Amino acid sequence: MMEEELTFEEIMKKLEEITMELENGDLDLEKSVSKFEEGMKLSKKCNEILENAEKRISVLIEKDGKLEEKNFIEEEE
Amino acid sequence: MEYNPITVTELNKYIKNKFDKDNFFENVLIEGEISNYKRHYTGHLYFTLKDENSLIKCVMFKTYTSHLDVEPKDGMKVLVLGTVSVYERDGVYQVYAKAIKEYGGMGDLHKAYEKLKEKLEKEGLFDTAHKKKIPFAPKCIGVLTSNTGSVIRDIINVSTRRNPNVYLKLLPVPVQGEGASKKIAEGIERMNNEKLADVIIIARGGGSLEDLWPFNEEIVARAIYNSEIPIISAVGHETDFTISDFVADLRAPTPSAAAELAVPDVKELKIKLDVYEKRLKQDLLKKAQLMRLRYEKCLSSRAYKEPFQKINEKYMYIDMKIKVMENKIEDKIKSSKLEYVNITSKLDALSPLKTLVRGYSIVSLNGKVISNVKELKQNDEVDIRMQNGNIKAKIL
Repeated sequence: MMEEELTFEEIMKKLEEITMELENGDLDLEKSVSKFEEGMKLSKKCNEILENAEKRISVLIEKDGKLEEKNFIEEEE
Repeated sequence: MEYNPITVTELNKYIKNKFDKDNFFENVLIEGEISNYKRHYTGHLYFTLKDENSLIKCVMFKTYTSHLDVEPKDGMKVLVLGTVSVYERDGVYQVYAKAIKEYGGMGDLHKAYEKLKEKLEKEGLFDTAHKKKIPFAPKCIGVLTSNTGSVIRDIINVSTRRNPNVYLKLLPVPVQGEGASKKIAEGIERMNNEKLADVIIIARGGGSLEDLWPFNEEIVARAIYNSEIPIISAVGHETDFTISDFVADLRAPTPSAAAELAVPDVKELKIKLDVYEKRLKQDLLKKAQLMRLRYEKCLSSRAYKEPFQKINEKYMYIDMKIKVMENKIEDKIKSSKLEYVNITSKLDALSPLKTLVRGYSIVSLNGKVISNVKELKQNDEVDIRMQNGNIKAKIL
């Protein structure tokens, strides 16, 4: 699916555009329905991105010239 | 020459007198660096003033300290105005400071800051046209700061509060002292080369100009400028402006504010999405209602309501025409009849039959009307027509 490659921001923007198009009301019914479906799909996608993102707080530590990603554990000062 | 011993006290008193008589010692302006600085609980300040080769003890009594415009500290380069005198008890001469002014190091830093700022500004490093947009809801946020202390803690707290599923990547760097600027610049380059984040926050807590200095260095400024990943700079307090702040794509007043700028509030986002969905639904509904309205309007038009109206109208028209035609024909018949009567009456008038009534007869032979006597001969049988019938007769 095309949306897979888009960033959250881009999907959000598309959603906004589609809503505006639909609101402008110049579309015929078939087009309106398909725009509506597309909009709902985009909205769902945004929600999925928000919900499926995993909380991760990591720290990059250099090891043999490479950065290794490890879970961040706060050190006491 | 005889030597009369004197007491230590007498000697120090003598020396002190010598000092006090010297006008030069009365007001001396000395340039040096502060070390061993102590603010005694009595309010007096004790420190040593030194340069590369030498040092001298200094004291500033409490009465003078209220005029200080900067809190002295070790390593600070200062100008001290004071009197040089002897402290008899310890047998030391020292400076009795009346005023201290910051000089040298910090002043140099200010100058260097202004110079670099001017240079980079001229070069266009602060141009808004070059500034990249901070992505909305970045997947991964790179943070360059110390991995200890309140800055990273604040960023983590604010970020996770706004988005519980946030993805933060900390690249620990020293944020002050020798070599910090190089490490920060390298960190920015590394983040770019390995595409480690969608947005970078470079952050540091508040501090003196000296503490914030790495963020005023050219190497950091250039690394920020060259970064393809957008950078939010959050160095020092709201009132501190570093060169990094000017070059960065966005300046945040504090590290917490930087986190707020980089991480959208998920609750707000969800509300926004809900609103969009509602709007979409409403729009479609409106569209459908509009269509229905149009459809109903069509149906309610007379053409649909009385589909035979038109046909009936045509029938009526035809009927009318027929009526007209009938009338016309009737008239025609009537006038024809009238004409007929006229003609027949005329005919009647001219009819020979009428003549017969008057007593005339028509004689015909073999159907041929005879009007000449010479046409007849003896014994011709003729038909005589009278008004009320025919009779045969023989010519004598």
